[in-house]
Amino acid sequence: MLAFIIRNIGQRLILLVFISIIAHAIVHLAPGEPSLVDPANPRMKAEDIERIRAAFHLDDPLHVQYFYWMRDLFTGELKSFKDNQPVLKKIWERFLNSVPLFILATLITWCVAFPIGIKAALARGTPFDKSTTFLAYFLISFPGFFLSYILIIYLVQTFDIPVISMRTFGLEDAGTWTRINDRLWHLTLPAIMTAIVGVAVLSRYVRSQMLEVIHHDYIRTARAKGLSEDAVIYKHALRNALLPFITMFGLMIPGLISGSVIFEQIFAWPGMGRLGYDAILSRDFPVILTLNFIAAVLTLIGTLVSDVLYALADPRIKF
Amino acid sequence: MPETIIQDELKPHVSPAQERWDIFKRNKMALASGAFLILLFVIALVGKAVTAGTDPLIDPSTVRLTQKLLPPMTPFESGEVAEEDAPLFGIYLLGTDDFGRDLFARMLEGTFVSLTVGFVAVGISMTVGIFLGGLAGYYGRVKFGFLTIDTLIMRAVDIMLCFPTFFLILTVVALLPPSIYNIMIVIGLTSWMQTTRLVRADFLALRDQDFVIAARSQAIPEWRIIFLHCVPNAMAPVLVSATIGVATAILTESALSFLGFGVQPPDATWGNILADGRTLIFDAPWLTFIPGITILFVVLAFNLCGEGLREAFNPKLRQTR
Repeated sequence: MLAFIIRNIGQRLILLVFISIIAHAIVHLAPGEPSLVDPANPRMKAEDIERIRAAFHLDDPLHVQYFYWMRDLFTGELKSFKDNQPVLKKIWERFLNSVPLFILATLITWCVAFPIGIKAALARGTPFDKSTTFLAYFLISFPGFFLSYILIIYLVQTFDIPVISMRTFGLEDAGTWTRINDRLWHLTLPAIMTAIVGVAVLSRYVRSQMLEVIHHDYIRTARAKGLSEDAVIYKHALRNALLPFITMFGLMIPGLISGSVIFEQIFAWPGMGRLGYDAILSRDFPVILTLNFIAAVLTLIGTLVSDVLYALADPRIKF
Repeated sequence: MPETIIQDELKPHVSPAQERWDIFKRNKMALASGAFLILLFVIALVGKAVTAGTDPLIDPSTVRLTQKLLPPMTPFESGEVAEEDAPLFGIYLLGTDDFGRDLFARMLEGTFVSLTVGFVAVGISMTVGIFLGGLAGYYGRVKFGFLTIDTLIMRAVDIMLCFPTFFLILTVVALLPPSIYNIMIVIGLTSWMQTTRLVRADFLALRDQDFVIAARSQAIPEWRIIFLHCVPNAMAPVLVSATIGVATAILTESALSFLGFGVQPPDATWGNILADGRTLIFDAPWLTFIPGITILFVVLAFNLCGEGLREAFNPKLRQTR
């Protein structure tokens, strides 16, 4: 077991090195540099651009720049091109804002998708199955921001739900309870929007996994030996159907960061996605690269944890 | 000729293609979606024919500043605007936008562009995916240094899966000069991983089959065995994921347009009509709802059609019939 984990960590560290090299190469080889963001600015003279390029090491060869990035990242001294703030501190602040959104969206996704998927698989071919299938495809096919706009207009007009930013401006002196309540209401709509696509996709997977398992011989055996239907479904079938979802956990992390770009933009949520978007607009290479790097680290940790959990949960897997 | 008779009796009564078509037909929604998509291709071609060129039949970029934000079905009045700028049939079927451009003409032009973005992006990702998946599956055991080719390619897949895809697309599209080709290429090059995995999985089973060994014994070049003998046998899952890939690419393009990095004017796509219309959602709701609902239905049709194909190609469903 320990050898398995150590070997896995080693493989992932090698992958991480390649990921960082590729990300660095993509960002630096593409045309467009921080010094070119505002070429019309009359106060930017040629020598200023020279100075900026020298300060950001943009004139050095790529591998030297990569070395500087890695060194600064691990000594924690990496500074944003835009405002000279430490990158890790900036990202950490935004990360704390994104975490509640991630957690709530993931909770909604898993709590809604599993019951629907299981029910649809058990009631295969019934109107319930057909309508949830259609609904799932309907929600997957909706352009996210279009659906958000419709929901915002409808919900704000009918229920007066706040939709912009994380808190209502001017409530800083209100009681704790009012502030918590306010935060929760602000969280509702972005979390639901982030979760909708997840629910649609995951409920389809759960359904097909359940269908796959139900036709196995051991289910027939369980029925044949006279177990109650509940025991057959929830003890024998569901446990086996759930196994693949352990591995999905790690691969969902990059999706959460990607998906948040659009929704954080719509709901003015100051999270990691918006930080990334702003960094792209201002060619803030250290922030873009570090965000990518952190996403990769989180994904690799996620897949490692799910690999280990899979091995623990499934006795058929040997090391 | 007695041999022919015997062979005819051995032949299955229904060809595989016929069998798949029968299963596909049972799924009414998939069948309707397929018909809708064929109609859409016709519309896209007709739309391209009537809106392209220097002197098109209907010009989607005609600006009529006196006829801004007219609701759908407003008849054209020739008083303030020249007669040759009249919309098709003398009526603004879908209304006009904030420059007085005919939304119907722009949607027609956008149909071809949006579908092209989807198909070219998917074409690129399928080509890369089939090529790499075929190599990984067929030459899996061949050593390349101390690593096998299979390990190399599958680790590349793992690396790509670690990137947050949309964030990566956004980064590259924002850094590159804005161009419709860049968008197609970038979307294509960031979505080949699943195809690679599917093709590789099929090739692992195919490479030891009798027909491959027979082909090898006849000294047929290996690239022919891979691409002409094996690839057609591994196409079923690829076709399904391609259908759904077109849907995803259209959605990705509209999301990029929303952030301002999509296909740039003067090219109209459904995504950028929708993204431009959203600022006028209270004054001219049709500018948001018409492209939005079009995208919804087209993407839905691709998804449902893909689901139908998945069922038709599923060997388990075929046996239980």
